[in-house]
Amino acid sequence: MTAWIDWLTGRKDKSAGQAKERLKLVLVNDRTDLTQDALSRLKDELIQVISRYIEIDPSAVQITIAQDGRQQRLMADIPMLSTRKRKAGKLEK
Amino acid sequence: MAAKVVTIASGKGGVGKTTTTANLAVALAADGHKVVCIDADIGLRNLDVVLGLENRIVYDLVDVVEGRCRLRQAMIKDKRFPELHLIPAAQTRDKNSVSPGDMIRLCDELRPDHDWILIDSPAGIERGFRNAIAPADMLLVVTNPEVSAVRDADRIIGLIEAEEKGPARLIINRMNPTLVKRGDMLTSADVHELLAIELIGIVPEDESVIISSNRGQPVAMNGNKRAGAAFHNIARRLNGEEVPFLQLDSRDGLMGRISRLIRPGGS
Repeated sequence: MTAWIDWLTGRKDKSAGQAKERLKLVLVNDRTDLTQDALSRLKDELIQVISRYIEIDPSAVQITIAQDGRQQRLMADIPMLSTRKRKAGKLEK
Repeated sequence: MAAKVVTIASGKGGVGKTTTTANLAVALAADGHKVVCIDADIGLRNLDVVLGLENRIVYDLVDVVEGRCRLRQAMIKDKRFPELHLIPAAQTRDKNSVSPGDMIRLCDELRPDHDWILIDSPAGIERGFRNAIAPADMLLVVTNPEVSAVRDADRIIGLIEAEEKGPARLIINRMNPTLVKRGDMLTSADVHELLAIELIGIVPEDESVIISSNRGQPVAMNGNKRAGAAFHNIARRLNGEEVPFLQLDSRDGLMGRISRLIRPGGS
C-alpha cells in the first residue's frame, strides 16, 4: 500500500525516497550488527536444524528483520509440507 | 528548585548542537527560567562565540574541575539575560581532562540554584560524549534531514538506550521546505519514522541563524524569525506545554494532498 502511494506520488524516484529506503537498510544493519551475509548463513543453518524434526520446503523459507519502533524482530516464515504433499512426494511409511 | 539537566547530542558534527543549545538557553531565560549552559566540547569550544560571550572568559570547565577556581567564578553572566550563565569549555586541553564523575558532581552543585542545566555535547561517541550524558535527566538528539546525520543520530540513540539514559527526544534541524516539496529532502515524518523516538522540535533552515551567530546574538532573541520561533516552541515543550508543530514540509500539489488523504500522518 505504502509503496503504491509512493509510486503514485512519484516519490520513489525522487532522491528523498531513495534516502529513506537506503536508510532503512543501513539502520537495520547498524542496530543488529547483522550483515546480509550473516543473515543468509543463519537461514541455511536454521533450515538444517528444523529439517531434522519436520519436513519443510527450504526454498519457501523467508527470514526477515521487521521493525517495531526501535525494536527489531527477526521473523521466520517456514511453511511446513502438508501430509498429502509428503505422500505424493517420496517415501510412504 | 532543582534543575533538570538536558544534554544536547547528535553524533555527527555540524548539525546544529551548539546553535540549539544557545537558542534553547536564550528561549528558556527569556521565559524567566534560571539557566546555566555548559560547553562540554573541550578543545573545540564554540558555545561562547555563538552566545557572544567570548570576550568575558576568565576561567573554564577544566579550571573548576581541577580546583583552580570556584564554580561561581567560571560562570559567565549574560548581561542581556540576568538569569543566563555559561560555563565555557577549556580550549587548550583535551576531553580526558574531565571525567563523567566530574560532570555529575558539577551538575549536582548547580542543581539547587537553577531551573535548567543545558550541556552542549561534542560530536562523536567517545569520552566527551560520555562526559556530556553522564549527568543528564533528559537528552535532545539533533539531526538534519540527511542520510549521514540520521544514521549517526540512530547510533547515538542506541548508545543512550544502552546507558539507560533518557528519554531521548528528537530535534530535526535545517528543514528546507522547498527541497521537501520537490521530493529531494526527507520529510520530518520520514526522519521521525526512521528514528522512532519522541519528536520535540522541527527547525527550518533559516539564513538568519548564520547572521545572528555572526553577531553573537542567538536567533531566539528575535521571535520574528522562523527558526527563532521554532526554538521558543521547543523551550515551551520542554516545560510540558502542548505546542503544535510549524507546518514546514507539507506538499501542496494534488498528489501530495491525495497522499495525505489516503495515508494520514504520512508525508
